[in-house]
Amino acid sequence: MSKFTTSRLPEPWGSVINRDHTISFRFEGKGYQGYEGDTLASALAANGVMLLSRSFKYHRPRGAFTFAGLDANSYVQVGDEPNVLADMLPISAGLSAMGQNYLGSLYRDHAVHAGRLSRFLPVGFYYRAFFRPKGIWPLWERFFRRAAGLGKINCNADEAYFDKQYLFADVAVIGGGPAGLSAALAAARAGANVLLIEEAATLGGSLNYARFQRHRRDVDSLRDSLIGQVEQNDNIRVLVGATCNGWFPDNWLALSRPNRLYKLRAKHVIACTGSVEQAMVFRNNDLPGVLPASGTQRLMRLYGICPGSRAVVATANAEGYDVVLDLLEAGISVQAVIDVNQSAASPELVEQVSTMGVAVHQACTVGEAIPRTGLRSITGVVINKLAESGEATGESWQLDCDLLVTSVGYAPLGQLVCHAGGELIYDDALNSFIVTNVPPDSGLAGSVNHRYALDAVLADGRTAGLDAARALGLNPEADSQIMPDSGAGGINHPYPIYPHRKGKDFVDFDEDQTVADLQNAVADGFEHPELAKRYSTVGMGPSQGRLSSLNALRIVQRVSGDHLAGASVTTQRPPFKPVSFGVLAGRSFEPERLTPMHRWHADNGAVFMPAGMWKRPAYYAGNKDRAATVAEQVAEEVAVIRGNVGVIDVSTLGGIEIRGPDAAEFLNRMYTFAYKKQPVGRARYLLMTDDTGGIVDDGVACRLDDEHFYITTTTTGSDTVYRNMLRRNAEWGLEIDALNVTSTYAGMNIAGPMSRQVMEKIESDMDFSKDAFPYLAVRQGTINGIPVIAMRVGFVGELGYELHVPWTQALAMWKKLIAVGAQFGIRPVGVEAQRVLRLEKGHIIIGQDTDSLTMPRDAALDWAVTSSKPYFIGKPAIGLSETRPQSRLLVGFRLLNSDGPVPEESHLVVRDDAIVGRVTSVAWSEALDEVIGLAYVAPEQAESGANFQIKVSQGLMVAAQTVQTPFYDPENLRQAL
Amino acid sequence: MPLALLKYGIQRKYKGNRYFPAAKPLRSAYDVVIIGGGGHGLACAYYLARDWGISDVAVLEKGWLASGNTARNTAIIRSNYLTPEGALFYEESMRLWRSLAGELGINLMYSERGHLTLAHTDAAIRTSRWRAEVNQHLGIDSELVGRDELAKLCPELNLSEDIRYPVLGALYHPPGAIARHDAVAWGYARGAMQSGVEIHQQTEVTGIQSLDDGSIELETDRGSISAGQVVQAVAGMSSELARMVGIKLPIRSVPLQACVSEALKPFLDPIVVSGSLHIYVSQSARGELVMGGATDPYPLYSTRSTLDFTEGLMANMLELFPFLENAKVLRQWAGIADMTPDFSPVMGITPVSNYYIDAGWGTWGFKATPVCGSCMAELAATGKAPELIKPFELERFSRMEQVGERGAASVGH
Ligand SMILES: Cc1cc2nc3c(=O)[nH]c(=O)nc-3n(C[C@H](O)[C@H](O)[C@H](O)COP(=O)(O)OP(=O)(O)OC[C@H]3O[C@@H](n4cnc5c(N)ncnc54)[C@H](O)[C@@H]3O)c2cc1C
Repeated sequence: MSKFTTSRLPEPWGSVINRDHTISFRFEGKGYQGYEGDTLASALAANGVMLLSRSFKYHRPRGAFTFAGLDANSYVQVGDEPNVLADMLPISAGLSAMGQNYLGSLYRDHAVHAGRLSRFLPVGFYYRAFFRPKGIWPLWERFFRRAAGLGKINCNADEAYFDKQYLFADVAVIGGGPAGLSAALAAARAGANVLLIEEAATLGGSLNYARFQRHRRDVDSLRDSLIGQVEQNDNIRVLVGATCNGWFPDNWLALSRPNRLYKLRAKHVIACTGSVEQAMVFRNNDLPGVLPASGTQRLMRLYGICPGSRAVVATANAEGYDVVLDLLEAGISVQAVIDVNQSAASPELVEQVSTMGVAVHQACTVGEAIPRTGLRSITGVVINKLAESGEATGESWQLDCDLLVTSVGYAPLGQLVCHAGGELIYDDALNSFIVTNVPPDSGLAGSVNHRYALDAVLADGRTAGLDAARALGLNPEADSQIMPDSGAGGINHPYPIYPHRKGKDFVDFDEDQTVADLQNAVADGFEHPELAKRYSTVGMGPSQGRLSSLNALRIVQRVSGDHLAGASVTTQRPPFKPVSFGVLAGRSFEPERLTPMHRWHADNGAVFMPAGMWKRPAYYAGNKDRAATVAEQVAEEVAVIRGNVGVIDVSTLGGIEIRGPDAAEFLNRMYTFAYKKQPVGRARYLLMTDDTGGIVDDGVACRLDDEHFYITTTTTGSDTVYRNMLRRNAEWGLEIDALNVTSTYAGMNIAGPMSRQVMEKIESDMDFSKDAFPYLAVRQGTINGIPVIAMRVGFVGELGYELHVPWTQALAMWKKLIAVGAQFGIRPVGVEAQRVLRLEKGHIIIGQDTDSLTMPRDAALDWAVTSSKPYFIGKPAIGLSETRPQSRLLVGFRLLNSDGPVPEESHLVVRDDAIVGRVTSVAWSEALDEVIGLAYVAPEQAESGANFQIKVSQGLMVAAQTVQTPFYDPENLRQAL
Repeated sequence: MPLALLKYGIQRKYKGNRYFPAAKPLRSAYDVVIIGGGGHGLACAYYLARDWGISDVAVLEKGWLASGNTARNTAIIRSNYLTPEGALFYEESMRLWRSLAGELGINLMYSERGHLTLAHTDAAIRTSRWRAEVNQHLGIDSELVGRDELAKLCPELNLSEDIRYPVLGALYHPPGAIARHDAVAWGYARGAMQSGVEIHQQTEVTGIQSLDDGSIELETDRGSISAGQVVQAVAGMSSELARMVGIKLPIRSVPLQACVSEALKPFLDPIVVSGSLHIYVSQSARGELVMGGATDPYPLYSTRSTLDFTEGLMANMLELFPFLENAKVLRQWAGIADMTPDFSPVMGITPVSNYYIDAGWGTWGFKATPVCGSCMAELAATGKAPELIKPFELERFSRMEQVGERGAASVGH
């Protein structure tokens, strides 16, 4: 705590606080009071507490600097939330906050000695040491990690609520200061629908605190009038308390509030984001008690806080003299004005303050702020006489003060514009960055556009508003007028940097980087500003260089001898200010897809497994103890299909309808097999490869008509397959239409020797007899009054029918099958049993038995490739591969020793210590009474009866034998019954 | 306190120890020109000088030193690849990494934090087991771990069974590491320059011609340069450069984005990757969470950032670490990844004589910097590709001999 006890200034100071409403809160465990409208930083300042946290590297005591949330000095921890800007956080009853980054207490930080070691920690120090001897770094690293980071994360924090909202506007105006207000009004009056976005809780921006070389009451009434007009204009919506954090391509803006992300699409954007006052660089310029002019004015005008009792003002511009008048008006004694200019920019101002009894020292600078013991406030400053060159001479004296205000210029807040493609380029005439390459459909106004005089700012806003209206095709009656701007040229000092031989002259508060650090980075050979930045870490902290990049660039270019004019600041990246993970994430909308029978499955004891976005029944545990019976349940489900009849929910398979004169040609190009001569009413296997000939999907094509196919895809492949179809046909231009009907039809596979009996018991206009509905036939009709596409396919290798029915009627159909099938012992069957059943038939599962390089012949699927076709996706690659010897083949296998260890899927097939393949599927087959599987083996091992070795866990080798597939019913008689 | 720092502290005046010798003027001919001053190009230059005594070498870099993907990558280093060719190659890289800091005289902050690839589906478990089996067969430290072990390795991880994609297990790779990316480039650059190699920043190659005498003529924005041999190492711009000399590469260039959080007190030890959720995260020595995901879905040469990226990434981050709601994203950025069909790199000779290519590094090339640099140097010096990189030559695509890493690389880097 600093020594002076700050008191509140009387009204009208304190425009945003409500003195009738007192709020109690806690900081560092101690109770304080503030007013409604106070931020944590202002309320603490009102209690004489300027120290908020400790700096990253040297644990220097730091307090809020800009009082506008633009620096990271004001970072505090609020409950589970680290790195909260105390100068943006409204106080609320029960608020309890802590400082950050100290060992012991905020006021007595045991780690503060890090600052004393600074001479041993030159720029980039961690690159130079800690790595010899080999292997030592992990030990040092442990030590560094302990010192790393700022705020603390509670790994058990509770979850809060976050959400998102879409917004639309003709014109988005970012920033509610004078430029923004006037831009919004001009555009809205021309008929545009305007959204005005302001980060602070109230509109007005600098109109709330700056003097603009006028009487404050004139500025007040101008502000009230502008805000009044905005509030009354129906074309303007105002969003306060929202930070625009990103400006993405096509005017897509991210606006965040603590618990909400707004996503705004605007036809036109006007950035009126203002500028941020820059620090003057001298020894101890980071201590609480040293404030920029605008920060001082915000404290006084917005919160009615008296920032000190005896002030010194160091200035390079008229704004500094404005602050002198403010301080005097508030009854604060001003010890002296230190004007760094050789001759006063405005003799009238010098005259004005001199007549008020304030000494003005021309051509002088602050060389050092004198700290009170403990560095928590200042007791005075050292003044140096400046030489003609602008450098400090030896001539110096001290002045007592508890407040040092500096005013040496601004940097435009052009970061957002840069997200969208703009650039910040150093301009020699303005001694500042100017924003160039402003993106299309947007404009700039106000101090971000280097306008400073109030009339010029208002005119600039108006012009930008009218330009926006015109760009929207509106016809504003008013004409824009350009106001000459007297202010911009004299505001920024070209080099407000006064290094001290003892250092602690900070350029970057976030990273504790001093003048020497930057000079030394260049001396080390890191001349390019981007390299100097990376090496020194200047600008890498939470404020992302807003307060440091201008001075850093000046220093780097001066040392390296490069031109400052035209130099650009390193690329600006979103977000403008750090955004919480919660705000970006919003509510979790990870979709989950459920089949129409999902509830039924759940009610009947299904245990689900994920399949892409779907959930599928893995098996049905009934009401038995689950874990104990997995194998048993699966075996029962397998047995019911082999012996009686079972039904499997296959709704998750993708469904796509292809219609049009070129439908068959289209399939011919998308898939490897031939479809032109496929008869209507027949199903045919579909195999898809990619351009490299690798298998990517499979399914079944049902020809419903000459020009109409209904096809299925794998569960996880449907979206990709459909997207590829559309993309390919955008190139091919075939006369077809493809429609993804995955959720239009649900599917169920009724299979088992008794399935025909079940089907024949249900009322239908279809004939299920063997002759009328043979294997691979496709029929359309109704069953139980429900329209159906029915097909006979044989994935599980038994007589069976796959029924595709409208989604909404699927549950009724399912229940009907279960009810009618009851007398035949029908049961629902899950994915696990289906996997065993298909393995017994040697059918592959794409993605499990194939990998990205599996070509059809590797999986013994060459029968499904029609090489006589002129083209299909992957044909050139497959053609090429056929000229090369095959390296592996997928085969069926059994184990030679039935008592030995059983391999798992992905165990390797090894020969002479070389990997030749791997197991892709393995299961116990009840029907065959042994373990069976599929594996990739070397071509020489692919002959039926050949032996090979599988390396199982602990490096054990297991002997296996290649077996012809199908394992079960090799002649495929059962599925064709 | 280490001696090196004591020395700095007690000297009276700061003696810049110029990491890099001052730049020399650009000449019109060199024995070897390396296009691209990223980690790969710089490493190649370093090994050319160190191992083969070839120092009449210029590295041409269009931006500032290592301003491409080297500066943008998330610095994950591992060797638990799926193919034997890949795994052995990256394992050799890890061997070089371990002694690199001492050799280059710069702290690379090489930190073996352990690498976890989470599996949320039985398919992912199968792939993890496959990788573990291949790795173990080749002597690489890698195993499939279950939920119990995972809870010990990364207690912060959300192992609840009630989430959208519950974690079933993980592929664990104890030597998985991160390193300070910039330092790697600086170390190689300095080493190369100390042996006489010239590095020319802000020098862009705009045209390439192969002449009848076997030499290569390079157009740059600072005049033309003749080279006996050329090594192209330009990552995201590979197709464009190769096109200049008439080589068509099977490469698709897509943006890859990443972001960091504000620095937080360290709480996360291992590197955590989830293929199903398309995210990966590690915590740096500064305390920042370094996070990334899958590549953007469409080809583009722009390094713009998108909002979708951070929105999607954070939703998935919170699925794994729900307590991070109040952590904040500090900065996001993008690089251009040069993706090959088989997710393996392209290294070796090309149809143009004396023109060597180092490309196709997609989302995974940082970790290969040492081994690739050393192999490419050998190739440029001898004209013969070392065994380690033979499987990766460009010709493999015409021979259908791909090195399939797709299953292991999706967001694995
Ligand atoms: C976001 C992101 C995260 C990543 N994460 C990882 C990771 O965790 N682990 C991992 O191993 N890999 C990762 N990578 C991949 C890795 O960054 C790259 O594969 C690797 O850096 C490539 O190194 P390089 O030196 O070839 O490329 P670069 O560093 O990009 O160097 C190429 C250089 O060539 C220059 N250049 C281009 N065109 C020209 C020209 N015409 N003339 C002159 N110079 C030119 C460029 O400016 C550039 O500096 C990631 C990549 C990105 C984008």
